[in-house]
Amino acid sequence: METAELTQEELFQQRIDADQRIEPKDWMPEAYRKTLIRQISQHAHSEIVGMLPEGNWITRAPSLKRKSILLAKVQDEAGHGLYLYSAAETLGASRDQMLADLHAGKAKYSSIFNYPTLSWADIGCVGWLVDGAAILNQVPLCRTSYGPYARAMVRVCKEESFHQRQGFEIMQTLCEGAPEQKAMAQEALNRWWWPTLMMFGPKDDESPNTARSMQWRIKRFTNDELRQKFVDMMVPQAEFLGLTVPDAKAKWNETKKGYDFGDVNWEEFWQVVNGNGLCNHDRLQARVDAWEEGAWVREAALAHAKKRAARV
Amino acid sequence: MDQKEWPLWEVFIRSKQGLDHKHVGSLHAADAAMAIQNARDVYTRRMEGVSIWVVESRHIHASNPDDAAAFFDPANDKVYRHPTFYEVPDSIKHM
Repeated sequence: METAELTQEELFQQRIDADQRIEPKDWMPEAYRKTLIRQISQHAHSEIVGMLPEGNWITRAPSLKRKSILLAKVQDEAGHGLYLYSAAETLGASRDQMLADLHAGKAKYSSIFNYPTLSWADIGCVGWLVDGAAILNQVPLCRTSYGPYARAMVRVCKEESFHQRQGFEIMQTLCEGAPEQKAMAQEALNRWWWPTLMMFGPKDDESPNTARSMQWRIKRFTNDELRQKFVDMMVPQAEFLGLTVPDAKAKWNETKKGYDFGDVNWEEFWQVVNGNGLCNHDRLQARVDAWEEGAWVREAALAHAKKRAARV
Repeated sequence: MDQKEWPLWEVFIRSKQGLDHKHVGSLHAADAAMAIQNARDVYTRRMEGVSIWVVESRHIHASNPDDAAAFFDPANDKVYRHPTFYEVPDSIKHM
């Protein structure tokens, strides 16, 4: 029995190594299934909770054009959450259970959304920096080993690039505006820069699951590799805008052909992950309220569908 | 807390006239009409479709992936089903 199990696991790894996709009904190690359910549902929760900081500005967007764009973007985030929940469900997770875990505080979501959006420039930073970081994470996941996850990510990535560009455009408009507008852009960058670097997760030597996730190809670059890529991409973009990233150590290093940069405040990172960020409580409460206040709609729709089915 | 889930539906979309409907994903909805409306909002926000099919997931029957090798084996050794199996003389221009 044990040898048969071993063989199955080896065959599975062989398929992964040959870059074959795993599909829902295929045999897979239990740990692969569990890790994926956790990863995909966390990702879905991040999309859903991620609507909140931006939703905060829909009624206060500075023009009708900006409001329309922001609405479309927030609607996209909802869509991304739904693609991802569906992908997790193909692994046997139930939607209600995933939501219950989120609402009970048992499931995690990206800690970046526990920071507040205080000015309009924050909406620029969320698009430019936060979605920029998300894209770096997500593009390699289009080639992840689990088929439904990879397919969902292809759709997400297609839509995400508009998000980043609209954020950059907001920043550019502010930076080309009055000195007060430019100051607002710089102030927002100062607040968002470090939390964005934290989005890539702990340092490689403190990320125990990385090796196995890379072996399974559900992660394709390490946290530090992606963080480096992000800094290399963003420092020149900030310079283009005439802004300065709030890190005195951020300097081009000719030998490594990349930027050196300072240390992330990991104490802050763990505080926010563990529920003590500025908005953790509000974000979760908003999700729980939406779920509870929507209960009658879900029940009524189901009752209506049953009644109609009985009539036919 | 309400734990009663709406049923799951599989969504198929025809991206333009002349092409097949293709599976794009799934979603929850109380009934077919809602499933189609939700599918429009979730899967066609950028003109990805001109037609939507939804089927309740429990109605889909699938072949077993564990049997795939044996199940699809009959087609494996019949190269003569492909036109490239046949040699056409050079002097014959179009066939």
